[in-house]
Amino acid sequence: MKDEQQRFVSQTVPIQSATFSNPINAEIRRAAATGIYDIRGGGAKRKVPHFDDLLFLGASISRYPLEGYREKCDTRVTLGTRFAKKPIELDIPVTIAGMSFGSLSGPAKEALGRGASAAGTSTTTGDGGMTEEERGHSTKLVYQYLPSRYGMNPDDLRRADAIEVVVGQGAKPGGGGMLLGQKISDRVAEMRNLPKGIDQRSACRHPDWTGPDDLEIKILELREITGWEKPIYVKIGGTRPYFDTTLAIKAGADVVVLDGMQGGTAATQDVFIEHVGMPILACIRPAVQALQDQGLHREVQLVVSGGIRTGADVAKALALGADAVAIGTGALIALGDNAPKWEEEYRKLGTTSGAYDDWHEGQDPAGITTQNPELMARFDPIEGGRHLKNYLKVLTLEAQTIARACGHNHLHNLEPEDLCALTMEAAAMARVPLAGTEWYPGKPGF
Amino acid sequence: MCGIVGLFLKDKSLEPELGRLLTDMLVTMTDRGPDSAGIAIYGAENGSQTKLTVQSDDADADFATLADDLGRAIDAPVTLRRKDTHAVLDLPADQASQARQALRELRPGVRVMSLGETMEIYKEVGLPKDVAARFDVARMQGSHGIGHTRMATESAVTTMGAHPFSTGSDQCLVHNGSLSNHNSWRRKLAREGVHVETMNDTEVGAAYLTWKMQTGSTLGEALESSLDDLDGFFTFVVGTKDGFGVVRDPIACKPAVMAETDQYVAFGSEYRALVNLPGIDAARVWEPEPATVYFWNH
Amino acid sequence: MQTFDLEARGLRDLNSTLQAQKDATNQTAWEIVNARGSHAIAVGLDAPIEVTVKGSTGYYCGGMNKQATIHIDGSAGPGVAENMMSGTVIVEGDASQYAGATGHGGLLVIKGNASSRCGISMKGLDIVVHGNIGHMSAFMAQSGNLVVCGDAGDALGDSLYEARLFVRGAVKSLGADCEEKEMRPEHLEILRDLLERAGCDAKPEEFRRYGSARKLYNFDVDNAAAY
Repeated sequence: MKDEQQRFVSQTVPIQSATFSNPINAEIRRAAATGIYDIRGGGAKRKVPHFDDLLFLGASISRYPLEGYREKCDTRVTLGTRFAKKPIELDIPVTIAGMSFGSLSGPAKEALGRGASAAGTSTTTGDGGMTEEERGHSTKLVYQYLPSRYGMNPDDLRRADAIEVVVGQGAKPGGGGMLLGQKISDRVAEMRNLPKGIDQRSACRHPDWTGPDDLEIKILELREITGWEKPIYVKIGGTRPYFDTTLAIKAGADVVVLDGMQGGTAATQDVFIEHVGMPILACIRPAVQALQDQGLHREVQLVVSGGIRTGADVAKALALGADAVAIGTGALIALGDNAPKWEEEYRKLGTTSGAYDDWHEGQDPAGITTQNPELMARFDPIEGGRHLKNYLKVLTLEAQTIARACGHNHLHNLEPEDLCALTMEAAAMARVPLAGTEWYPGKPGF
Repeated sequence: MCGIVGLFLKDKSLEPELGRLLTDMLVTMTDRGPDSAGIAIYGAENGSQTKLTVQSDDADADFATLADDLGRAIDAPVTLRRKDTHAVLDLPADQASQARQALRELRPGVRVMSLGETMEIYKEVGLPKDVAARFDVARMQGSHGIGHTRMATESAVTTMGAHPFSTGSDQCLVHNGSLSNHNSWRRKLAREGVHVETMNDTEVGAAYLTWKMQTGSTLGEALESSLDDLDGFFTFVVGTKDGFGVVRDPIACKPAVMAETDQYVAFGSEYRALVNLPGIDAARVWEPEPATVYFWNH
Repeated sequence: MQTFDLEARGLRDLNSTLQAQKDATNQTAWEIVNARGSHAIAVGLDAPIEVTVKGSTGYYCGGMNKQATIHIDGSAGPGVAENMMSGTVIVEGDASQYAGATGHGGLLVIKGNASSRCGISMKGLDIVVHGNIGHMSAFMAQSGNLVVCGDAGDALGDSLYEARLFVRGAVKSLGADCEEKEMRPEHLEILRDLLERAGCDAKPEEFRRYGSARKLYNFDVDNAAAY
């Protein structure tokens, strides 16, 4: 008996290593078997400090709230007021981020245009040129100017409402894109002047300029080609937001687009998505500081993206100093990406709805991130557009609700002082006091 | 990120024109660097005298009796020529290090821009045309000179952050690009006893060359080893008492144009910096190769 | 012949005047004086006009050209004829880095030497260089022809796609996935035509052809060192 007790007490339970966890071990086995890094779509999946750790301070006695539905809370925003002859006027401060034709199907691009136009906002091309579906259905279209220059031509440049010079994106700051052969269909290949079915690697730097001094000259050229009409945006990934915003301004940008690490991509290395770049929460204040130091806050507009999901996120981004936000992943989910109704098919692909990220493989059951005609046919661009419009309206209504509660008659009147932070991390990154205190890490005087 | 200009005269008859030519080149590069500007100019030697070029944000107070005060401290004659916020102190060459020591005590707010038998460095925050006018660069004479217009990337826009950086007696460096391992080198140089004053990447590049030369390298060898040791994008232009050198990193993305005639060798970040040089239409114009050290000597 | 003084009238006036010829093309010959290395000269043109730039140009001269024939009577700065769609750009002197970058069509002739990254990411453009070209030329070049009568610098045709490279002189080194290929009669025909159009008396038989080995087209771990 005593021996048995002894044995029971001395027996250990199996303990999984926190360092070598099951997902890590699975990745090691996958790497060993294939010899290639894991490529996927989407943005960072790890938990990072985010807007969830900020709360608004609604009005009560010291401040007075506005009445919903009766007292106006404006949502309009104008982008490109610095140099462009024709700035972009949007009804709502929520825009659609750049996503390429190639990574998305033609009908998906059409749906983005339909939804954005119905909601009074802009959509954006991507690494792959401008499609008729998108131009035709977008009242305001931003044309991305990327290192690859696939499909780049002066006619589309002049057909665009704004030009976005893409220097980097949040999912992969400092890196180029990867579109594997499966998605290079006849039409994609033709638009990109590439052989069908090959892996397509996009360059990480622009082919004909490097650095802010050259960028200034590139912006001059783009303005000269388009008669100084179009706003010129410069898009950067969130890594050194103070310096990069400063230099984008010095190079002559009308609008700075700042993308945090939660921002998605069609396809790149998982290690890049998860380990390079900063959460958007940490990017906004340094960028706003750069704008303020140049005396150009709200004259050069700041559009932030990466992990915007709700009207609360919109309101928080604006309160921290952004002029507008852009959504990518949220828009795709609104169109039907990762919808549970395709669960059976996600399982066949070895995943589950909500986790599907192999966008580069072109087998998207929802028919959005694919060039496969059968899968594409599952997606109805009219219904998709309607869903996107609804989602954009909800984001706006939610942001308005919060702004009114804080006593503001325009979303742009939200300010950092309307916020408090739940965690030290959020307090430090957003430079907003910890709830119930007047203090945030780094604040002088304490 | 910046604009660079350089002019090395072979023909002595052009020496009275050096400041005027360089000023024109410098101002043309304003778009590439509107934050600050600077110039290193190699003038005439003055026997056994050396030139200590200094700067002060409170020049009236600091410079008023500086020549006398410093002369007393080092027990040697010192003369002072003031140019706006800068002043050139002429003093016996063998008293130079004593003079620097004494200056630190006498005028803690005064900063040394350069030391050398022929080189003077002038640099300030502001548009290149204003900086050139403040120092009356157009009227300066000399055998060669290097100028720089700065668009700051990551370090502060200050006088000390402006280029050129002095790398030793009669030596200077300007840079276009962005070094990606300057912080590691700043720490390594500190362990070697080399002091780097600013957070500027270029100053680290300059200090690196100084350290290499102090430990036995020629300037040419130091530039060669910079290709292995410094990471990032760079075009360097360096000046010495009688020479002028250029090197670009192995990727060589930052622009660089050179022109040579019987009268001069010229460098510009862009061709338009060179368009007013005499005989430019007949000059040999080329772009320096990556990872190749170019050097001209009198 | 219309003469346009760039220094007196400014860049915006120049480009808007030339761009307006799209609708009124009776003024077909233009001469630009006082170019003095200015950037973005004659960009975004879209008419069959003849433009001669007297003197050297800065960045992006002839950028995104369609239809026009642009003659640079001097040397060209970085990115000459970048993203050209059609038409012709002729540089009498040398061209700086990125000449013809990402060009989709038309003909770029450089009578002197071209610097680094000539024809980078070209997408259908034809380039004829009478002299030499610098390092990393035709990097990621997708389609079109690059003809070099002199020598080529390091890493020619790195990560090349389907562009054809013809070099008469020495090639310092080939980039990843670029290899020498057999010169077949159809290639000699292409060369003959391009040399003739570029006013070059070199003989097609004197050239060697380089193209993509196509080993990096689809990922293979054994080629990983080349990425």
